[in-house]
Amino acid sequence: MTPIYFDNNATTMVAPEVRDAIIPLLNDEYGNPSSMHNLGERSGRLLAEARGKVATALGCSPDEIIFTSCGTEGDNTAIHSALQSHPEKKHFITTKVEHPAVLNVANHLERSGYDVTYLGVDNLGRLDLDELRAAIRPDTALISVMYANNETGVVFPIKEIAEIAREHGVPVHTDAVQAVGKIDINLAELPVDYLVFSGHKIHAPKGVGVLFVRRTAQFRPFLLGGHQERGRRGGTENLPGIVGLGKAIELAKAGIEEENTRVRAMRDRLEKGLMDAIPDAIVNGDPENRLPNTLSIAFKYIEGEAMLLMMNQFGICASSGSACTSGSLEPSHVLRAMGIPFTFSHGSLRFSLSVYNTEEEVDTVLKELPPIIERLRAMSPFREGDEGLDWVEKHSHD
Amino acid sequence: MWEYTEKVTEHFLNPKNVGKIEDADAVGEVGSLSCGDALRLFLKIGEGERIEDAKFQTFGCASAIASSSVLTEMIKGMTLDEAAKVTNKDIAEKLGGLPKEKMHCSVMGQEALEDAIRNYRGEEAAPAPEGEIVCKCFGVTDVLIRRAVEENNLTTVEEVTNYTKAGGACGDCHEKIAQIIAEVRGCAAPEVSKSDEKAPMTNIQRMQLVTKIIDNEIRPALKKDGGDIELIDINGTEVTVSLRGACVGCPSSHITLKNLVERRLKETVEEAITVKEV
Repeated sequence: MTPIYFDNNATTMVAPEVRDAIIPLLNDEYGNPSSMHNLGERSGRLLAEARGKVATALGCSPDEIIFTSCGTEGDNTAIHSALQSHPEKKHFITTKVEHPAVLNVANHLERSGYDVTYLGVDNLGRLDLDELRAAIRPDTALISVMYANNETGVVFPIKEIAEIAREHGVPVHTDAVQAVGKIDINLAELPVDYLVFSGHKIHAPKGVGVLFVRRTAQFRPFLLGGHQERGRRGGTENLPGIVGLGKAIELAKAGIEEENTRVRAMRDRLEKGLMDAIPDAIVNGDPENRLPNTLSIAFKYIEGEAMLLMMNQFGICASSGSACTSGSLEPSHVLRAMGIPFTFSHGSLRFSLSVYNTEEEVDTVLKELPPIIERLRAMSPFREGDEGLDWVEKHSHD
Repeated sequence: MWEYTEKVTEHFLNPKNVGKIEDADAVGEVGSLSCGDALRLFLKIGEGERIEDAKFQTFGCASAIASSSVLTEMIKGMTLDEAAKVTNKDIAEKLGGLPKEKMHCSVMGQEALEDAIRNYRGEEAAPAPEGEIVCKCFGVTDVLIRRAVEENNLTTVEEVTNYTKAGGACGDCHEKIAQIIAEVRGCAAPEVSKSDEKAPMTNIQRMQLVTKIIDNEIRPALKKDGGDIELIDINGTEVTVSLRGACVGCPSSHITLKNLVERRLKETVEEAITVKEV
């Protein structure tokens, strides 16, 4: 069964053009860019070319680009860099809805003597910039705010955040893993100091990412080793991945308009179709500032894992913020931070589209999902209209 | 992706006995919306307290639905006394096993069944809130944890979480759970894996601490027996001392060194410390 893939915020298929760009590197072009022979020189040129493509796409200089192994490495390196540059500053500001690649670094910092402020969000997943202003202190070493949320697709006002930070002389890091390729980013006009993204979210393979470090920003290497990446990241470059990422970001840049028109229209049709067909459902996240490809929707009285496994029967791939899918016992920290009631958050689904999705695939979801919801609700003791409603009251101590 | 057995998948995709029994003789309820799973079990009980029919309604994941379904199949035809002996292990075994993180789904089945039997016998309907709440997040009592540990031979906090959900959220009760395991099993408390490891000590910090412990604790102890100690050198975690006074030539000075000096420094400064004498 061909998968109907609506889980592009988790990972994406490798674009055929990207695959074609990588294949020579798996055949003849196996040189080490550091080597002093023709093979190495050719690899060095491919590396420079890929770096140039990333810089062009983001509006920065090639020497501001460091290739990494993943988004997590970029986030860790950026935070480490800013904090190590000012060891006397012991305050870190981030949000409650970050990806674990930032959140777990923040938790670790708290245990190592840092003061961490976690900015909250409202029930649409929006930050309060006054809360940010009030949180900044003379000893704030870094502000780290994601560009767009992976679960709800809510886009944060990074430019305003970076401007506020700049007024106070505090550096800014943004995890832009979900934003690159969906939002046009121009670093010439976006005053962040560090920006991170990952290849496998934009149709490059897994295992390669990018860390942008502005020339004026402090840098301390995280991976110590050879002189690769101008001494800023030791370790032989993942050249096939990097060349693939270079191709992928070119395609992504060219595809942003399609993301914001065709993909957005498919997402909107999926959202409207599900909301019309299924009662007791809510859409999570700010409808005004949302990624064009993401739909987070929650259904009352049922649980996410059960929905995913039933959808899997039809080849439909999505994900859920329910507790059971992650192996944790609590639903998603993002939905909890937004104050989404438990009656909904256990039954949340995330559909994340890409330019490779089709209208027929949306039709399939609109056809297959409502009966699945109906079936699971018929099994649920909390179903509305049931005499068991008292029980809902008695048992929903959220 | 969970590794579910074929039995689990089958009972999840085609659950048996879904729904309610309008004129049920007994109803058992367990779980809540906030916890993420809940089960309501309906029983029709005939002559000789035999279960003639069983149906369920479940809110939860695939393994919760499968556990409920297989439970209703298992208990049909049993007498209440026989059904009362069904444990969560029996439910999990009947499904060909459950992922360890999902064992609490089988526990939920057992609890709903017990609740239904209590309900039929006119006993205290609500699950007896005996014991004290250990896990505040999921409202799990020490009595429940103790029983899960005994019946399933659990040895770690993680296993207790998998079976009872206790400790699955904030983690504040992990120490308490470890104590309960130790009490039940009559052994030392398992180590609570703490993610907040202390930052490694700097050399200066280590030297200051070693000096302080020797001056304030070890020397006074040796002096009571007419002995003394001098700190010669600290090189990383290797501490060199010289025993003086009555310790010199004492046949047990080696034991003093290892048991008193080294053990005390390991306990108070760092596990890696070794002590040698010159």
